[in-house]
Amino acid sequence: MTVLIALALLAAFSAGVYLLGRKRAVALAGGTSVSLHSLPGYHGTWVALWAGAPAALILLMFAVFGGRIEEAALRAETPAAVMELPAERQQVFWSDAHAIARGQAPSEVAWEGAAKAALDAKAVEAGRIETIGLVAVVALAGVLALCGFLLAYPRLAKDFRARNRVEGWTDLLLILCSTLAVLTTLGIVLSLVWESIRFFQAVSPIDFLFGTQWNPQIAMRSDQVAAEGAFGAVPLFAGTFLVMLIAMAVAAPVGLFSAIYLSEYAGKATRAVVKPLLEILAGVPTVVYGFFAALTVGPTFRAFFNWIGGLLIGGPLDSLGQYLITVQNQMALTAGVVMGIMLIPFVSSLSDDIINAVPQTLRDGSYAMGATKSETVKQVILPAALPGVVGALLLAVSRAIGETMIVTMAAGLQAKLTVNPLDTVTTVTVQIVTLLTGDQEFDSPKTLAAFGLGLTLFVVTLALNIVALGIVRKYREQYD
Amino acid sequence: MTDAPSPSRLSEARLKQRYAAEFRFKLYGRMAIVIALAFLALLLGRIVLQGYSTFETHTVSLPVYLDPAKIDPTALEGANYDYLVALSLLKKLGETDDEYGENSGDAMDLISRDFGFQILNKLKADKSLIGKTVTITGPVKADADLYYKGQIKRSTAESDRKLNDRQLNWLDKLQKDGSVKTGFNWTFFKNADSTEPEQAGILGAVIGSAMMLLVTALIAVPMGVLAAVWLEEFAPKNRWTDLIEVNINNLAAVPSIVYGLLGLAVFINWLGAPRGAPLTGGMVLALMSLPTVIIATRSALKAVPPSIREAALGVGASRTQTVFHHVLPQAMPGVMTGTILSLAHALGETAPLLMIGMIAFNPGLPESFTSSASVLPVQVFIWENASERAFHERTAAAIIVLLAFMIIMNAAAVILRRRFERRW
Repeated sequence: MTVLIALALLAAFSAGVYLLGRKRAVALAGGTSVSLHSLPGYHGTWVALWAGAPAALILLMFAVFGGRIEEAALRAETPAAVMELPAERQQVFWSDAHAIARGQAPSEVAWEGAAKAALDAKAVEAGRIETIGLVAVVALAGVLALCGFLLAYPRLAKDFRARNRVEGWTDLLLILCSTLAVLTTLGIVLSLVWESIRFFQAVSPIDFLFGTQWNPQIAMRSDQVAAEGAFGAVPLFAGTFLVMLIAMAVAAPVGLFSAIYLSEYAGKATRAVVKPLLEILAGVPTVVYGFFAALTVGPTFRAFFNWIGGLLIGGPLDSLGQYLITVQNQMALTAGVVMGIMLIPFVSSLSDDIINAVPQTLRDGSYAMGATKSETVKQVILPAALPGVVGALLLAVSRAIGETMIVTMAAGLQAKLTVNPLDTVTTVTVQIVTLLTGDQEFDSPKTLAAFGLGLTLFVVTLALNIVALGIVRKYREQYD
Repeated sequence: MTDAPSPSRLSEARLKQRYAAEFRFKLYGRMAIVIALAFLALLLGRIVLQGYSTFETHTVSLPVYLDPAKIDPTALEGANYDYLVALSLLKKLGETDDEYGENSGDAMDLISRDFGFQILNKLKADKSLIGKTVTITGPVKADADLYYKGQIKRSTAESDRKLNDRQLNWLDKLQKDGSVKTGFNWTFFKNADSTEPEQAGILGAVIGSAMMLLVTALIAVPMGVLAAVWLEEFAPKNRWTDLIEVNINNLAAVPSIVYGLLGLAVFINWLGAPRGAPLTGGMVLALMSLPTVIIATRSALKAVPPSIREAALGVGASRTQTVFHHVLPQAMPGVMTGTILSLAHALGETAPLLMIGMIAFNPGLPESFTSSASVLPVQVFIWENASERAFHERTAAAIIVLLAFMIIMNAAAVILRRRFERRW
């Protein structure tokens, strides 16, 4: 809050400085801006930047990192009474100290004896550190703003190249923004790798990548049996792969045939209606597909298979019937089919672009030989567009692997090694969600496993994308 | 001479086959489109069918006798108002409570707990009401509401439904004597989440979503646009900028859940950002939509013809002035369109928000950018997991609201494109 007020004051100060600088520039030029090198506004802006930017940077840095520095200062010396407490009680102790210092209600833990005394002392200290930090930073920002102004203001002159200076600042800002994209990637890679390393210290990567038991149960107490979870991710990979295969079995033919029809057969009017409708399918949030899968498709499939099972019981296929009547709502098939629906527009719009990129001369040549439209599509256009289409399908596969909500809501949680689409399976993304929702500490293998899975997911989808984009790009250049 | 089929016959037969193949192929294409559109119709149709009944609700008016023997004026919070309401309902129906309290228990299952809260608030304002009879109007409980809507039927076996025959008779009686009113469900648009379906609403989630999108837009739009301007207009062509290019294209295809993991590791565990707050969620979604904004802006900048740039440079503008005074304003419609579309996408995003702890139950409206809040898609996810049937109806209604926002945003993008797009 204080930081916000300080920023507002700073903005007001910079605005004032801008006006001052402008005025000064006009005065230097003798009342008109004709003989100035840069427009008066640039002079004003340049002074305002020197007054405002460094101070604002300090305030923002404090807003982001200040809390951590204060925390480190507060915990520099932990009272002996607190050291004896278990780890989670220590957490409560510190958060209580902060709460008391800020005048909020502390937790319901009753502190006694030495701990109580330590808490009171630390609460006072926390309050003091917070005040000192705020005052110091605000004062520093004020000094910086003044210094910037005092340094910049005298340098204004008739021939001063204010515009070039200001543009230097803007260039810097643009470059900073561009680097942010790279920083995001770095952030993703580093955070995933960092947490995964911690996970692989507890569980060997070999066990993780090739183990067939996935059972991340962590005991409540360390002396319980089952304190060791099993982290073999093969069932998850298998489940992910199965759902992906079903999804592609739906999306690939439907998407491809729609694309062929729209680009080769459909008239303008049909295209104008159907294309936006297909785009709607792409715009529907995945959580909506999840709801649809869980409450409509799942029960429908279940009723259908139970009915078939009921018919088969007592006949020659009795055992199959017996199995079919036990099919549940949650199965790989439900998740796969709904995911396939979601991917239809993705496949069709990409393939559409690719088919449209095939030069008209190829089509005309084929027609000239007396081929029908479908023969042209099958024997000329598709072979020509094949690499592009494969790329599009690979991109869809990468989407299917990373999809979360549909499988979370419709596929199930049991890690099974199965190829039966009527069985419940679980996927990498589902497990990430289940491991990380709820309250847990962040040092058990159970939560860190999510990052191991995340890293695997990231690497696989990235590889697929690089390959697919490479194929598509190469193919596009073929006809340029 | 053998009767060899003439060449024309042969080609005719083959032509027939070829035309049949042609027809089949066309049919497959048509079928694919019909299947895709049928899926779309089924999806939207099912959701509307499941959700529309939420917008209707049943309220009941009851005279409640505030029994002085059961309310302690010094401890208003301690009284069992639900029981008082149940007794009043029984009185109205001409029943009395039996010794086991089964009747009053059954009656409690028909009236929303909202009645109790209303009475408590009335008493807090005016203690002299104790001993008098006040008329309270409020929603019936969700199961009773479903019965009035015909979703719980008498024809179901008694053991298979939530309400027993006696309760159904009472509900019929209430409806006959005109104390039950059917009206538009304003509660659904005025409340935040609640444990009671009849009191649960989406206003909290809508506000939370709006706050989060605001944060996303404030971060992603300026950064994305400026980054795109640099890459498109200023960047030298070297290995470093190539790297940035490839990077952005790849970032656009990273699964959203990975951004959630990034937010959890960097924003929450490392920088100490608040869990489940619109600020944190907005930051994560901003990183997620940054690549899309950059790509959209770049293609909009590419579409501005070089003559514009040359003219500006020709009259003495600097490169920076050229870009910010001439090129960027011309590209603005395209930028806006791309931005709106990427924000619409962010509005529907759920998975990364689950990672950063947005799954908490939030019964109040969001207080600030740093306090825990719900957002629309996560609300859908939470309600879908609830066991009560009335919540499923509300889930579908929440989806209708979410899709309405999506349609508005997409329509805005289309209108912008049509209205301002210049063909050079």
